[in-house]
Amino acid sequence: MSPISRGFHGRRRTPAGEEGRVPPGQYVTTDFPVLSAGPTPHTPTEKWTFSITQGGGALKSWTWDEMRALPEEDVTTDIHCVTRWSKLDTHWQAVSIDTLLEQVEHQASFVLAFSDGGYTTNIPVQDVTGGQAWLAYGYDGGPLPAEHGGPARLLVPHLYFWKSAKWVRGLELLDHDKPGFWETYGYNMYGDPWKEQRYAGD
Amino acid sequence: MEGTAVRGRLTWQTATVAQIIPETPRTSTIVFDVPEWAGHRAGQHLDVRLTADDGYRAERSYSIASAPGEPVAITVERLEDGEVSPYLTEELRAGDEIELRGPIGGYFVWDPATDNGPLLLAAGGSGVVPLRSILRNRERSGSAVMARLLYSSRSLADVIYRQEFERPGSGLDVIYTLTRSQPEGWRGHAGRVDDALLAEVAWPTGQEPLAFVCGPTSFVEGVAQGLVGLGYPPGRVKTERFGATGGRQ
Repeated sequence: MSPISRGFHGRRRTPAGEEGRVPPGQYVTTDFPVLSAGPTPHTPTEKWTFSITQGGGALKSWTWDEMRALPEEDVTTDIHCVTRWSKLDTHWQAVSIDTLLEQVEHQASFVLAFSDGGYTTNIPVQDVTGGQAWLAYGYDGGPLPAEHGGPARLLVPHLYFWKSAKWVRGLELLDHDKPGFWETYGYNMYGDPWKEQRYAGD
Repeated sequence: MEGTAVRGRLTWQTATVAQIIPETPRTSTIVFDVPEWAGHRAGQHLDVRLTADDGYRAERSYSIASAPGEPVAITVERLEDGEVSPYLTEELRAGDEIELRGPIGGYFVWDPATDNGPLLLAAGGSGVVPLRSILRNRERSGSAVMARLLYSSRSLADVIYRQEFERPGSGLDVIYTLTRSQPEGWRGHAGRVDDALLAEVAWPTGQEPLAFVCGPTSFVEGVAQGLVGLGYPPGRVKTERFGATGGRQ
């Protein structure tokens, strides 16, 4: 039984009609807060590649122009940060991870996304396929700003947003789950916002 | 960006407010009596949960202000449009019960036993809170590591922990910059931290410094980028952000 916080009434209750869109413990913001563990990397698109790797070798690699030549999808989705803000109806331009993974043969069960700056995060393959995940390079019709992960970031909106790795440069295919950066520091291996899987053991 | 595993379930527990210490007109330090605290490292944070009488709950994260080994404390800045910070700074009283869990986070931490190199701590506003934990840890552990604090604040009245930082013999070098107003005769810096001030204050890279930067996004982006520009390896620049609606509210 939680003690009642005398005199606390709450000011940020979820707006009527949106209850089903905001996971427990989250509040809606119209800002787009920035969170990262170190300086923002700035990789020029001329030097940017995206690779799918396995066992230390690249199975497939795309340059920026090759990636941009793939079918573009317009994605409108809600995002949920483990620090408790949710942002509704965010609008992205992106390539589906399905489109990328279709170009390699694999039996992997997990991916470890890797980024400029050394950031990594782990996601089951079944959560980055089936139209659930994207490589996003556009936000609201413009280029994705560097502080929000540009030139390109992962977008896996059904999981807490730390899984949507900023400055992403590839996916390592794995036959087992392996903790990424925040997962090593006690954050949840899976990160389902609807189950409030914020930290290990949640 | 490698780390050691920090695992184990973090459970909510009921803490009692032991003391509330006003720091500035907008900030207060809340010291808790936590029955089962596993201990924390300097720079970590914790989650606070409030429950209204109809069951509505709100949770927020706050940086821990106290050093490892000291009673758990947070310093909270009142945000006018905030949901939790006005409650914590205005309603909460000593003796009240409140739920919390932690410690959380393992990257933005300083450990005197393993972290070498002079410390460059850069704070924007209430971003000074986890850096204060680092400084207290440094002092309590008898660390010989040199430390410099670059602290950007709106005005002198908004400087948190000023007496503590200016205590003689702390061995701490504090460089203030006041962004909105400066008292008459102010001899410190004025305005936002720029590359020139950073170049003046930052330890030379040859000394293998370790930087911790905490504040609002624009502050953190500017300082972190500036340090990288001075040759700091990105892995030696650890950042944490306080946004109006961002990480630690």
